[in-house]
Amino acid sequence: MANKDIDITVRTGTVHALCGENGAGKSTLMKILYGMQQPDEGTITVGGETVVFHNPADAIARGIGMVHQHFMLADNLTVLENVVLGAEKLYGIGAKARGKIKELSDAYGLNVRPDVLLEELGVADRQRVEILKVLYRGAKTLILDEPTAVLVPQEVDALFDNLRELKAEGLTVIFISHKLGEVLSVADEITVIRRGTTVGTVKPAGTTTKQLAELMVGSELPTPETEESTVTDVPLLKVDGLRLAQTDLDGVERTVLDDIAFTIHKGEVLGIAGVEGNGQSELVEAIMGIRALNSGTIALDGTDISHVPTRHRREAGVGYIPEDRHRHGLLLEAPLWENRILGHVTEKPNSRGQLLDIRAARGDTERIIEAYDVRTPGIDVTAASLSGGNQQKLIVGREMSHAPKLLIAAHPTRGVDVGAQAAIWDHIREARREGLAVLLISADLDELIGLSDTLRVMYRGRLVADADPATITPEELGSAMTGAATGHLEHTEDDAR
Amino acid sequence: MNKLTQRIDKERLLLGIAAPLLAIVAALVVTTLVILATGKNPFDAFSDMVTYGTASDSQVYILNKATTYYLAGVAVAIGFRMNLFNIGVDGQYRIAAFFAAVLGGALTTPGWISIPLIILCAMGTGAVWAGIAGVLKVTRGVSEVISTIMLNAIATAIIAYLLQPGKLAELQAGGTVVSTKPLHSDAYFFQINTGPAGELWGFIFIAVLVGVAYWFVLGRTRFGFDLRTVGQSESAAAASGVSVKKMIATSMLISGAIAGLIGMPTLLNDSHQFSNDFPTGIGFTGIAIALLGRNNPIGIALGALLWGFLERTTNHLEFQGYDKEILGVIQGVIVLCVVIAYEVVRRYGLKRQQQRVGAELAAQAAAPTEKQEVA
Repeated sequence: MANKDIDITVRTGTVHALCGENGAGKSTLMKILYGMQQPDEGTITVGGETVVFHNPADAIARGIGMVHQHFMLADNLTVLENVVLGAEKLYGIGAKARGKIKELSDAYGLNVRPDVLLEELGVADRQRVEILKVLYRGAKTLILDEPTAVLVPQEVDALFDNLRELKAEGLTVIFISHKLGEVLSVADEITVIRRGTTVGTVKPAGTTTKQLAELMVGSELPTPETEESTVTDVPLLKVDGLRLAQTDLDGVERTVLDDIAFTIHKGEVLGIAGVEGNGQSELVEAIMGIRALNSGTIALDGTDISHVPTRHRREAGVGYIPEDRHRHGLLLEAPLWENRILGHVTEKPNSRGQLLDIRAARGDTERIIEAYDVRTPGIDVTAASLSGGNQQKLIVGREMSHAPKLLIAAHPTRGVDVGAQAAIWDHIREARREGLAVLLISADLDELIGLSDTLRVMYRGRLVADADPATITPEELGSAMTGAATGHLEHTEDDAR
Repeated sequence: MNKLTQRIDKERLLLGIAAPLLAIVAALVVTTLVILATGKNPFDAFSDMVTYGTASDSQVYILNKATTYYLAGVAVAIGFRMNLFNIGVDGQYRIAAFFAAVLGGALTTPGWISIPLIILCAMGTGAVWAGIAGVLKVTRGVSEVISTIMLNAIATAIIAYLLQPGKLAELQAGGTVVSTKPLHSDAYFFQINTGPAGELWGFIFIAVLVGVAYWFVLGRTRFGFDLRTVGQSESAAAASGVSVKKMIATSMLISGAIAGLIGMPTLLNDSHQFSNDFPTGIGFTGIAIALLGRNNPIGIALGALLWGFLERTTNHLEFQGYDKEILGVIQGVIVLCVVIAYEVVRRYGLKRQQQRVGAELAAQAAAPTEKQEVA
């Protein structure tokens, strides 16, 4: 059961935030409200009238629209075309539609240009197009699913201005997030969900993030701060002059990574900040050996591994927590113990010689489940049946079990609940004390700043800025992430905060 | 907790059996309707099939047929486990059998030398033929479905060209059959005499060995794990350190080598020569059987036996005044139903397991809190 006894009342003309850990049942609730899933029990009432949504079209007819976390837009169409796509019956596809878009854009301050190709837009603009799409279809209530996950702090502020604008015009916004600071700053009311049940509704005035967190998990919010520095002067990973180009469908060669150079020492966590899509994934894949370099060198512990296959890099002690665990980290339809073997099939305890050692692998899977608190009824269930957080814990446990020298952690706590997040941070810190070098890539700036010993900012395939995590603020980092600042970022005390 | 895992496993087993069972029942229903539509009694037909199919000479016939079908099923299944659709098994086994027959006809060595040589030649030829598709896929990204279909046609043409008197074949004494030079009787594979029921082909033991090897290599070795990984998720396989391209090429070669064996029971145990009436289309039968057997070594064996049974018994039905097309109907319906039933059952199983795991965890989580509240 994903949800039970959910009680939530959203008043017209307000921003209502829905808070809860991952796996608490927020998404299920939203799917029910948007007609993508049917409730077994209970009712939904819109404007005093009890309604049943069989599909999203029913929900839209009632003025409920959803902005998904992953945008559903076509890159090769213009904004206008994207908005009218599938809603051609409303205002046609010509001047009338353009007029309507203009009108909506002006009314809510969305600042959307109808004739720009979507591929030219950044993440924040795309999000506004998504919002416009929903408004265009006549939505009076907007559901936004974790809208800030992909934005830098400045963009988040702009989004919140848009939301206030919508609210001022009498629209209702349901805002899903697990970032407590944001929720407090934008919402009029906050409903907290825990284990599929609503545990309370609070007003942001007079509520602190700490109280909210306690409502959410029933315990204190962990912080990712590291204690004393463990950085040594022994270089472990040396990347120099790395360049990677990619030929796109039109045959144009595009440089995805250019002149990347950095060194990670034993016991050091190097954090890379950046808006997603600026080359972080490519950098990780280049270091893992999944992509071939155009030029440059990668040296692990003094050995050149620039052209060594992925398996040998892994055997040499590179642990990998991939950014997309479903695509790169797991075999979803395979049992947990096979997933424990994945990526380390040549290593003990998974195999002896050319043969798998199934008994040992199974035993070790049990150990990982115990040590990393993977919540599962057994090791024979498929990976797909675990929640995201538990899948991630399994991956972290697996990678840590082979005593890596270098850990590449791409968004290690994405989609993981607060408790598991703290546990993963602890594991990383502990290994770091024993000399593990970590390349950390994260969209969570608090995590980056709290965990890293050194920070670099990546923008359009280059490392454009560096910063000292001890003094830098998320806002300052954010401005470098949008390309506005380069070089060494200094924290300015008189920064208006 | 242990109990739950066991329950899930039992359920998985039930679900695994449910799909083929469902398909066969559906096929029976459809066949009944078809026979009824032709104005005959379907139950007489079924009872005739059972009586005739279980006669001892039928049993031997079915086992012999199943030997060939089993090898075809395994050859296809190797590709399936990799997410490769090797439609070219058909061309691979025919061209392999042809060249093996040519070689066998030329050999005058004792059996213990010629038999392994013939088998190796067949496996090699099959591997080369499949390897062409593998290389094309790896280097040029050509879909193996397209290239193997084309290679089937090319194989047909090559065989037709070479199977002429004066090329690699000769006109047989009767003057109606063109075939390769018959094998020396030393190169015949052993058979088991079962008395009046006929001869059981010794190649069935090779088929069993292939099945055991298939199970062992896929389930128990590092190579097999890598292969299955690529089949389940290419992206995860690449990230885990498997060279996907190398794997594709290798598994095409293996699939082709096993495909090369398909013609061997017929060649070494039965016809002893490759003529223009050498059985064709078994590669496609293999696809159906691999689907039916869920790529599982035992499942494929059951599928192969079922196919042999259907063929044997529907042949006999013809003499009872039924239409022989009934065979095609049953086989077609089974394959269709199997494909649909597997997907339905697979999705249902995944969803059901997710729900069960969720329920179990919720129960675990709820238990201690309740206790606390009581205390």
